[in-house]
Amino acid sequence: MSEHLNASGSHGDDHGHDNSGYHASVKGYVTGFLLSVVLTAIPFWLVMAKVLPSSGITALVVLGFAAVQIVVHMIYFLHMNTRVEGGWSMLALLFTGVLVLIMLSGSIWVMYHLNTNMMPVHNASEMRNMP
Amino acid sequence: MQTSTLSAAGHPVRFYDDGEHHPQQGTLLGFWIYLMSDCLIFAVLFAVYAVLGRGYAAGPSGADLFNLPLVAANTALLLFSSVTYGLAMIGMQHGHKKAVLGWLAVTALFGLGFLGLELFEFAHLIHEGAGPQRSAFLSSFFTLVGTHGLHVTFGTVWLVTLMFQVGRFGLTPENKRRLMCLSMFWHFLDVIWIGVFTFVYLMGVLP
Repeated sequence: MSEHLNASGSHGDDHGHDNSGYHASVKGYVTGFLLSVVLTAIPFWLVMAKVLPSSGITALVVLGFAAVQIVVHMIYFLHMNTRVEGGWSMLALLFTGVLVLIMLSGSIWVMYHLNTNMMPVHNASEMRNMP
Repeated sequence: MQTSTLSAAGHPVRFYDDGEHHPQQGTLLGFWIYLMSDCLIFAVLFAVYAVLGRGYAAGPSGADLFNLPLVAANTALLLFSSVTYGLAMIGMQHGHKKAVLGWLAVTALFGLGFLGLELFEFAHLIHEGAGPQRSAFLSSFFTLVGTHGLHVTFGTVWLVTLMFQVGRFGLTPENKRRLMCLSMFWHFLDVIWIGVFTFVYLMGVLP
């Protein structure tokens, strides 16, 4: 069976521990942990010490750090790569990523404009003239 | 699983899949797809928070309520628990049952610590009158963070169950598969938490 698994090409880094296809290393976890600590500490410091001049810039930088940290977690903790499950895991991940992107940006876009167009009407007579 | 079926010619019939070597990949891929659907649940809750997160209804805002050192401690606990779970998986690869059980216990403690701090935070907010019914902001906040906390709760229950399983039956292929599924679940929750502490807490206290 292990020959079959190795022949399928999804386990090129098989070191022969077992045929479970799961190969974590202490080095990988330590690397991921150290990167995560740095990528977590910097955003907290930026926000708590109010380093950057404007909230908008801080928000963008903090979101950037989060995106990088998510990739770090995916690689070092979830062992994500294009070879896992013959690429199907990565495909599912990319598909979900696209869905999430459409859903998030679409919702925020639509709801932002909805909020802008639905300013409270204080005068009842104005209401009748609304389109 | 030997079968005594004989073919017409009298030779024993050989099946390609005799049930002995079910690759674990099927379950792991299925579980990964479940996690992706869970990801969509969280994405929807993040979208709700993005839309409603500034609807304070003249109530307290994130800057008034959030205690960032507490959030940093929570983040550290969850990150430590991710690493200790990874060490349990490394113990599993080497077949060290005691190492697996030990690291799982440490992971469970970190998980419980995270839940304790989160419940303390929630209780504090509700005590201050900033419960989920106060404003749209707080409703979406409690839904999003509470859903994540609920996942950690069930992950911890699952983890303790697996500790009993491994303690009783050892590192059987079934238990290894379960440990790998929980490993994905646990790391996935840490990934979601990155979004929570960034988007809800850090961006919530920005003026």
